[in-house]
Amino acid sequence: MTINPDLQGRSYPAHEVYDVGREKIREFARAVKATHPAHFEVEAATALGHRDLVAPPTFAIIVAQRADAQLIEDPASGIDFSRVVHADQRFIHHRPIVAGDRLVAELHVDGVRAMGGGAMITTRAEIFALAAETASAGAGDAATGAREAVATTTSSILVRGEGQ
Amino acid sequence: MSTEYFAPKVAELTVGQDIGSRSIDVTRTDLVKYAGASGDFNPIHWNEAFATGVGLPGVIAHGMFTMGSAVQLVSDWAGDPAAVVDFQTRFTKPVPVADTTGTADAGAVIEVSGAIGALDADAGTARVDLTVVSAGQKVLMKAQAVVRLA
Repeated sequence: MTINPDLQGRSYPAHEVYDVGREKIREFARAVKATHPAHFEVEAATALGHRDLVAPPTFAIIVAQRADAQLIEDPASGIDFSRVVHADQRFIHHRPIVAGDRLVAELHVDGVRAMGGGAMITTRAEIFALAAETASAGAGDAATGAREAVATTTSSILVRGEGQ
Repeated sequence: MSTEYFAPKVAELTVGQDIGSRSIDVTRTDLVKYAGASGDFNPIHWNEAFATGVGLPGVIAHGMFTMGSAVQLVSDWAGDPAAVVDFQTRFTKPVPVADTTGTADAGAVIEVSGAIGALDADAGTARVDLTVVSAGQKVLMKAQAVVRLA
Protein backbone atom coordinates (compact mmCIF):
# COMPACT_ATOMS: atom_id res chain seq x y z
CA MET A 1 0.00 0.00 0.00
CA THR A 2 1.31 3.46 -0.79
CA ILE A 3 1.29 6.53 1.41
CA ASN A 4 -1.75 8.71 0.96
CA PRO A 5 -0.49 12.10 -0.38
CA ASP A 6 -3.64 13.79 0.94
CA LEU A 7 -2.24 13.40 4.47
CA GLN A 8 -0.35 16.67 4.06
CA GLY A 9 -2.10 19.44 5.97
CA ARG A 10 -4.19 17.04 8.01
CA SER A 11 -4.59 17.74 11.75
CA TYR A 12 -5.68 15.59 14.66
CA PRO A 13 -7.14 17.56 17.59
CA ALA A 14 -6.16 17.02 21.21
CA HIS A 15 -8.10 13.96 22.30
CA GLU A 16 -6.67 12.63 25.55
CA VAL A 17 -4.97 14.10 28.58
CA TYR A 18 -1.51 12.94 29.65
CA ASP A 19 -0.95 13.37 33.40
CA VAL A 20 2.73 13.96 34.20
CA GLY A 21 3.54 12.03 37.38
CA ARG A 22 6.65 12.21 39.56
CA GLU A 23 7.36 8.49 39.26
CA LYS A 24 7.07 8.68 35.45
CA ILE A 25 9.60 11.53 35.38
CA ARG A 26 11.94 9.47 37.59
CA GLU A 27 11.43 6.34 35.45
CA PHE A 28 12.05 8.19 32.18
CA ALA A 29 15.08 9.97 33.66
CA ARG A 30 16.61 6.64 34.75
CA ALA A 31 15.84 5.17 31.31
CA VAL A 32 17.91 7.89 29.57
CA LYS A 33 20.60 7.63 32.28
CA ALA A 34 19.90 11.11 33.62
CA THR A 35 21.26 11.80 37.07
CA HIS A 36 20.43 15.47 37.63
CA PRO A 37 18.69 15.75 41.04
CA ALA A 38 15.94 18.03 39.63
CA HIS A 39 14.43 14.88 38.04
CA PHE A 40 14.41 12.93 41.30
CA GLU A 41 14.19 15.22 44.37
CA VAL A 42 11.42 17.79 44.72
CA GLU A 43 13.68 19.97 46.90
CA ALA A 44 16.33 20.09 44.17
CA ALA A 45 13.71 21.12 41.59
CA THR A 46 12.15 23.83 43.76
CA ALA A 47 15.62 25.16 44.63
CA LEU A 48 15.99 25.90 40.90
CA GLY A 49 12.64 27.72 40.88
CA HIS A 50 10.47 24.91 39.49
CA ARG A 51 7.07 23.98 40.85
CA ASP A 52 7.86 20.25 41.01
CA LEU A 53 10.15 17.61 39.48
CA VAL A 54 11.42 18.68 36.04
CA ALA A 55 11.06 16.32 33.07
CA PRO A 56 14.19 15.52 31.01
CA PRO A 57 14.57 17.46 27.70
CA THR A 58 13.18 14.60 25.57
CA PHE A 59 10.31 13.56 27.89
CA ALA A 60 7.76 15.18 25.54
CA ILE A 61 8.40 12.33 23.09
CA ILE A 62 5.92 10.25 25.13
CA VAL A 63 3.13 12.70 24.38
CA ALA A 64 4.31 13.36 20.81
CA GLN A 65 4.44 9.67 19.89
CA ARG A 66 0.96 9.11 21.34
CA ALA A 67 -0.23 11.88 19.04
CA ASP A 68 1.72 10.38 16.10
CA ALA A 69 -0.01 7.05 16.76
CA GLN A 70 -3.29 8.60 15.64
CA LEU A 71 -1.79 9.14 12.19
CA ILE A 72 0.15 5.86 11.99
CA GLU A 73 -2.89 3.84 13.10
CA ASP A 74 -5.28 5.76 10.82
CA PRO A 75 -6.22 3.17 8.14
CA ALA A 76 -6.43 6.03 5.62
CA SER A 77 -2.73 6.89 6.06
CA GLY A 78 -1.32 3.72 4.46
CA ILE A 79 1.61 3.67 6.91
CA ASP A 80 3.06 0.24 7.83
CA PHE A 81 4.61 0.80 11.29
CA SER A 82 7.07 -2.07 10.83
CA ARG A 83 8.60 -0.12 7.93
CA VAL A 84 8.99 3.15 9.81
CA VAL A 85 12.44 4.61 10.52
CA HIS A 86 12.86 7.72 12.70
CA ALA A 87 14.78 10.27 10.60
CA ASP A 88 14.89 13.42 12.70
CA GLN A 89 13.46 14.94 15.86
CA ARG A 90 13.28 18.38 17.46
CA PHE A 91 11.93 19.67 20.77
CA ILE A 92 11.24 23.36 21.34
CA HIS A 93 10.31 24.04 24.95
CA HIS A 94 8.17 27.10 25.62
CA ARG A 95 8.35 26.31 29.34
CA PRO A 96 9.60 23.28 31.30
CA ILE A 97 7.36 20.23 31.76
CA VAL A 98 6.95 19.53 35.47
CA ALA A 99 5.16 16.89 37.54
CA GLY A 100 1.50 17.73 37.94
CA ASP A 101 1.11 19.07 34.39
CA ARG A 102 -1.92 17.84 32.46
CA LEU A 103 -0.81 17.80 28.82
CA VAL A 104 -2.66 17.54 25.54
CA ALA A 105 -1.25 17.45 22.01
CA GLU A 106 -2.54 18.59 18.64
CA LEU A 107 -0.92 16.79 15.72
CA HIS A 108 -0.27 18.46 12.36
CA VAL A 109 1.01 16.69 9.26
CA ASP A 110 3.36 19.32 7.82
CA GLY A 111 4.95 17.35 4.99
CA VAL A 112 4.57 14.23 2.88
CA ARG A 113 7.29 13.63 0.31
CA ALA A 114 7.64 10.55 -1.87
CA MET A 115 11.09 8.92 -1.62
CA GLY A 116 11.74 5.94 -3.82
CA GLY A 117 8.87 3.56 -3.15
CA GLY A 118 8.34 5.07 0.30
CA ALA A 119 7.74 8.46 1.83
CA MET A 120 9.14 10.95 4.31
CA ILE A 121 6.41 12.26 6.61
CA THR A 122 6.97 15.28 8.87
CA THR A 123 4.65 15.82 11.80
CA ARG A 124 4.42 18.56 14.42
CA ALA A 125 2.85 18.13 17.84
CA GLU A 126 1.77 21.29 19.65
CA ILE A 127 1.73 20.37 23.31
CA PHE A 128 -0.26 22.39 25.83
CA ALA A 129 -0.78 22.23 29.58
CA LEU A 130 -4.38 22.58 30.65
CA ALA A 131 -5.04 25.45 33.03
CA ALA A 132 -6.24 24.35 36.47
CA GLU A 133 -9.90 25.14 35.79
CA THR A 134 -9.80 23.28 32.45
CA ALA A 135 -7.93 20.34 33.96
CA SER A 136 -10.58 19.86 36.63
CA ALA A 137 -13.39 20.16 34.07
CA GLY A 138 -12.27 16.93 32.38
CA ALA A 139 -10.89 15.72 29.07
CA GLY A 140 -13.97 16.91 27.21
CA ASP A 141 -12.55 20.42 27.30
CA ALA A 142 -9.02 19.35 26.26
CA ALA A 143 -9.37 20.88 22.80
CA THR A 144 -11.17 24.06 23.75
CA GLY A 145 -10.45 25.02 27.39
CA ALA A 146 -7.86 27.45 28.75
CA ARG A 147 -4.36 26.14 28.16
CA GLU A 148 -0.72 27.19 28.00
CA ALA A 149 1.78 26.36 25.23
CA VAL A 150 4.45 24.03 26.65
CA ALA A 151 6.36 22.48 23.76
CA THR A 152 6.45 22.11 19.99
CA THR A 153 7.93 18.85 18.74
CA THR A 154 8.66 18.01 15.13
CA SER A 155 9.48 14.59 13.82
CA SER A 156 10.23 13.10 10.42
CA ILE A 157 9.69 9.43 9.77
CA LEU A 158 10.80 7.54 6.72
CA VAL A 159 8.35 4.86 5.66
CA ARG A 160 10.43 2.45 3.60
CA GLY A 161 8.87 1.17 0.41
CA GLU A 162 8.89 -2.47 -0.67
CA GLY A 163 12.45 -3.69 -1.21
CA GLN A 164 14.01 -0.71 0.63
CA MET B 1 22.75 16.94 51.30
CA SER B 2 23.00 20.19 49.38
CA THR B 3 24.21 20.40 45.83
CA GLU B 4 26.26 23.29 44.50
CA TYR B 5 25.32 24.29 40.96
CA PHE B 6 27.84 25.95 38.75
CA ALA B 7 25.81 27.70 36.07
CA PRO B 8 27.84 28.84 33.06
CA LYS B 9 27.35 32.42 31.85
CA VAL B 10 27.06 33.37 28.16
CA ALA B 11 29.56 36.23 28.53
CA GLU B 12 32.21 33.84 29.83
CA LEU B 13 31.90 31.31 26.99
CA THR B 14 33.62 31.21 23.62
CA VAL B 15 32.60 29.47 20.41
CA GLY B 16 34.50 26.21 20.03
CA GLN B 17 34.93 25.73 23.78
CA ASP B 18 34.54 22.14 24.99
CA ILE B 19 31.86 21.44 27.56
CA GLY B 20 33.08 17.91 28.26
CA SER B 21 32.46 14.37 27.21
CA ARG B 22 31.11 11.09 28.54
CA SER B 23 30.81 7.48 27.61
CA ILE B 24 27.44 5.70 27.89
CA ASP B 25 27.32 1.90 28.20
CA VAL B 26 24.19 0.38 26.64
CA THR B 27 22.75 -3.09 27.23
CA ARG B 28 19.64 -4.89 25.98
CA THR B 29 18.20 -4.32 29.47
CA ASP B 30 18.60 -0.57 28.94
CA LEU B 31 16.57 -0.82 25.72
CA VAL B 32 13.78 -2.73 27.49
CA LYS B 33 13.75 -0.06 30.21
CA TYR B 34 13.60 2.70 27.62
CA ALA B 35 10.79 0.91 25.77
CA GLY B 36 8.76 0.75 28.97
CA ALA B 37 9.51 4.31 30.05
CA SER B 38 8.74 5.83 26.64
CA GLY B 39 5.97 3.56 25.40
CA ASP B 40 7.90 2.74 22.20
CA PHE B 41 7.59 -1.05 21.93
CA ASN B 42 8.78 -1.46 18.35
CA PRO B 43 10.25 -5.03 18.39
CA ILE B 44 13.36 -3.95 16.43
CA HIS B 45 14.56 -2.66 19.82
CA TRP B 46 14.22 -5.95 21.74
CA ASN B 47 13.63 -8.92 19.41
CA GLU B 48 16.65 -10.21 17.45
CA ALA B 49 14.66 -12.33 15.00
CA PHE B 50 12.29 -9.47 14.21
CA ALA B 51 15.18 -7.01 13.75
CA THR B 52 17.14 -9.24 11.38
CA GLY B 53 13.88 -10.12 9.59
CA VAL B 54 13.45 -6.48 8.56
CA GLY B 55 17.04 -6.24 7.34
CA LEU B 56 18.77 -4.77 10.39
CA PRO B 57 22.09 -6.15 11.66
CA GLY B 58 20.36 -7.05 14.94
CA VAL B 59 18.57 -5.30 17.79
CA ILE B 60 19.24 -1.55 17.62
CA ALA B 61 18.84 1.20 20.21
CA HIS B 62 15.87 3.54 19.93
CA GLY B 63 17.05 6.73 18.22
CA MET B 64 15.29 8.51 21.06
CA PHE B 65 17.34 6.56 23.62
CA THR B 66 20.52 7.84 21.97
CA MET B 67 19.17 11.38 21.70
CA GLY B 68 17.81 11.37 25.26
CA SER B 69 20.95 9.99 26.88
CA ALA B 70 23.29 12.21 24.82
CA VAL B 71 21.67 15.41 26.10
CA GLN B 72 22.46 14.55 29.73
CA LEU B 73 25.92 16.01 29.20
CA VAL B 74 24.21 19.33 28.43
CA SER B 75 21.70 19.15 31.32
CA ASP B 76 24.50 18.57 33.81
CA TRP B 77 26.74 21.25 32.32
CA ALA B 78 23.90 23.82 32.34
CA GLY B 79 23.07 23.04 35.97
CA ASP B 80 19.33 22.84 35.24
CA PRO B 81 17.72 20.41 32.75
CA ALA B 82 15.04 23.03 32.06
CA ALA B 83 17.71 25.31 30.58
CA VAL B 84 17.61 23.16 27.41
CA VAL B 85 15.00 25.12 25.44
CA ASP B 86 15.58 23.61 21.99
CA PHE B 87 17.11 20.25 21.10
CA GLN B 88 17.24 18.62 17.70
CA THR B 89 19.04 15.89 15.79
CA ARG B 90 19.02 13.76 12.70
CA PHE B 91 19.38 10.00 13.12
CA THR B 92 21.97 8.86 10.60
CA LYS B 93 23.22 5.44 11.67
CA PRO B 94 21.62 2.75 13.82
CA VAL B 95 23.31 1.72 17.09
CA PRO B 96 23.34 -2.10 17.18
CA VAL B 97 23.36 -3.42 20.75
CA ALA B 98 24.90 -6.87 21.22
CA ASP B 99 23.24 -9.35 23.57
CA THR B 100 25.50 -9.45 26.64
CA THR B 101 22.81 -10.74 28.99
CA GLY B 102 24.31 -12.44 32.02
CA THR B 103 27.66 -10.69 31.72
CA ALA B 104 28.93 -7.34 32.97
CA ASP B 105 29.78 -6.21 29.42
CA ALA B 106 28.12 -3.39 27.51
CA GLY B 107 26.34 -4.34 24.27
CA ALA B 108 27.31 -0.97 22.77
CA VAL B 109 29.07 2.18 23.89
CA ILE B 110 27.94 5.67 22.92
CA GLU B 111 30.59 8.39 23.13
CA VAL B 112 29.24 11.92 23.57
CA SER B 113 31.20 15.17 23.47
CA GLY B 114 29.98 18.75 23.31
CA ALA B 115 31.33 22.10 22.21
CA ILE B 116 29.88 25.60 22.03
CA GLY B 117 28.61 26.07 18.46
CA ALA B 118 27.12 29.56 18.76
CA LEU B 119 26.39 32.26 21.33
CA ASP B 120 23.54 34.78 21.39
CA ALA B 121 24.21 37.37 24.09
CA ASP B 122 20.92 39.21 23.47
CA ALA B 123 18.83 36.07 23.88
CA GLY B 124 21.09 34.78 26.68
CA THR B 125 21.53 31.45 24.93
CA ALA B 126 24.37 29.16 23.93
CA ARG B 127 24.12 26.44 21.30
CA VAL B 128 25.92 23.25 22.22
CA ASP B 129 26.85 21.01 19.30
CA LEU B 130 27.08 17.36 20.28
CA THR B 131 29.25 14.76 18.60
CA VAL B 132 27.76 11.32 19.19
CA VAL B 133 29.71 8.27 18.07
CA SER B 134 29.26 4.52 18.47
CA ALA B 135 31.59 1.85 17.09
CA GLY B 136 33.57 4.56 15.29
CA GLN B 137 30.57 6.00 13.41
CA LYS B 138 28.68 9.24 13.93
CA VAL B 139 25.19 8.06 14.84
CA LEU B 140 23.60 11.52 15.23
CA MET B 141 24.07 14.49 12.93
CA LYS B 142 23.24 18.13 13.62
CA ALA B 143 22.69 17.26 17.29
CA GLN B 144 22.24 20.77 18.68
CA ALA B 145 20.95 21.91 22.05
CA VAL B 146 20.14 25.55 22.71
CA VAL B 147 20.61 26.37 26.38
CA ARG B 148 19.28 29.45 28.16
CA LEU B 149 21.89 30.75 30.57
CA ALA B 150 22.33 33.78 32.79
